[in-house]
Amino acid sequence: MEVLKGRTISPGRVEGESLVSREPIGFYGGVDAKTGIFIEKGHELEGKSVKGKILVFPYGKGSTVGSYVIYGLVKNNQAPLAIVNKETETIVATGVILAGVPCVDQVPVERISTGDHLIVDATSGTISILRTNTTN
Amino acid sequence: MYLTNAEERLLSGESGEVIERMFRLLVSLGDIYGADRMIPVGSAQVAGVSYKSIGDPGVEFLEDYANKGAVAKIVTFLNPAGMDIEDWQELKIPPAFAEKQLRIMNAFKKMGIVVSATCTPYLAGNLPRFAEHIAWSESSAISFSNSVIGARTNREGGPSALAAALCGVTPNYGLHLSENRKPGVLVNVDARLEDNADFGALGYVVGKEVENNIPYFQGIADADTDQLKALGAAMAASGAVALYHIENLTPEAHLMKTEGLEKISVNEKELQDTFSKLSTGKEPDIVILGCPHSSLKEIMTISRKLEGRKLKKPLWICTSRMVKEAANRMGFTQIIETAGGRIVADTCMVVSPIEDMGYKTTGVNSGKAANYLPGFCKQNVVFTKLDTLIEKIT
Repeated sequence: MEVLKGRTISPGRVEGESLVSREPIGFYGGVDAKTGIFIEKGHELEGKSVKGKILVFPYGKGSTVGSYVIYGLVKNNQAPLAIVNKETETIVATGVILAGVPCVDQVPVERISTGDHLIVDATSGTISILRTNTTN
Repeated sequence: MYLTNAEERLLSGESGEVIERMFRLLVSLGDIYGADRMIPVGSAQVAGVSYKSIGDPGVEFLEDYANKGAVAKIVTFLNPAGMDIEDWQELKIPPAFAEKQLRIMNAFKKMGIVVSATCTPYLAGNLPRFAEHIAWSESSAISFSNSVIGARTNREGGPSALAAALCGVTPNYGLHLSENRKPGVLVNVDARLEDNADFGALGYVVGKEVENNIPYFQGIADADTDQLKALGAAMAASGAVALYHIENLTPEAHLMKTEGLEKISVNEKELQDTFSKLSTGKEPDIVILGCPHSSLKEIMTISRKLEGRKLKKPLWICTSRMVKEAANRMGFTQIIETAGGRIVADTCMVVSPIEDMGYKTTGVNSGKAANYLPGFCKQNVVFTKLDTLIEKIT
């Protein structure tokens, strides 16, 4: 089992499956707060749902309203379990903290693939890769 | 960053969930930007008020936090809303939009935030002093308070300014520290600056050039607060300038060294080219003034020009409710309305739904408005001096 060490942005501990984007994510205009589905045209996660996933991406982009979209996802029960970044910029940091979504950054996200089974302990800033997705 | 015992207890939820999350947001931003500790702030100014900007996710967030009992600890003003809060029906704002906007205003009011919706809080009752730490988030108000008043604020986002309002503190980094307020580029102005629009054009050029650097201007002999407001607004729109200095005019300029700085120069031709470049239309369907919100002096000037005239096209003058009250009392509003114009309070053209109201070409005297209207409101723009705009619609 590989353990990755990062920095706490927003505390909490969850276990689940990862959904990885190698591209940055802009939540406003990128993800529908009502359905949790990626709506940005041409994005590598277009059509996928973030609900119940550990969402892994390098960093956020786009409008500052993205923070409120993360909050809306939680309110509408469509939120990711946790967010793991290479670098959490202020839009995502603001969103996960306001909404109470566990979040860790300064993580070597290239070590994680979609479908990996993870434990994210955002309070201590560690990510344990329990099982890698062998179908990748 | 260093936190006091009392601050640590906020993070453990001692003062409730809202304060815990809001304080955590400030700590996290402080860590990201390398702050050493929290500092008290004298006032806050919160952006992200128009329904057009924050949408349903914003409405829900604000109502939730307001319903959980969050209350501002310091005097906090709001940015412009998407409509005049009192006269929206007369201005033909769509009712569905108005309903959401009023919910937003009520949520802020419940949090003890002054629902004076303006980008010029310093003209409407929220005036910081020199060197006071504040947490403001409207880009032109940030520029004015840092540069013209000498107060100290970073470019806050809506939520981080709200967090400062609810917690009464902000992380100590960036423009709160004297060493970060030094100029990074010397700007020599070799152009006549007469009309307020000239300052907007100058700001547009310099903002594009210097991006988020701190410019130090030489060659601006004089400028009143309306002109400084126009200059700073345009620089914060075309670039991300949060602070500028002007030799012999702004309060920190004499503290700054200019030796060895990179130099740029702006001449008359560049200003004229900027007016042409930003004018994507020819004849305006509507003229909108007051970006940033008009001062009483600007409204007085406009009302004198409009006395005894009849306008063929709509004219809006955007301002704060407080300045509009004074204009009403002085009879300026009546002169403007008799000519066919109106004074619109609480809102501005950029955050109101003008593209849904049938307007295609907007005349402005603001470099900031000329920068934003094509993108945010799908407008063609006529960017020129006040007198020319009035002639075009008379």
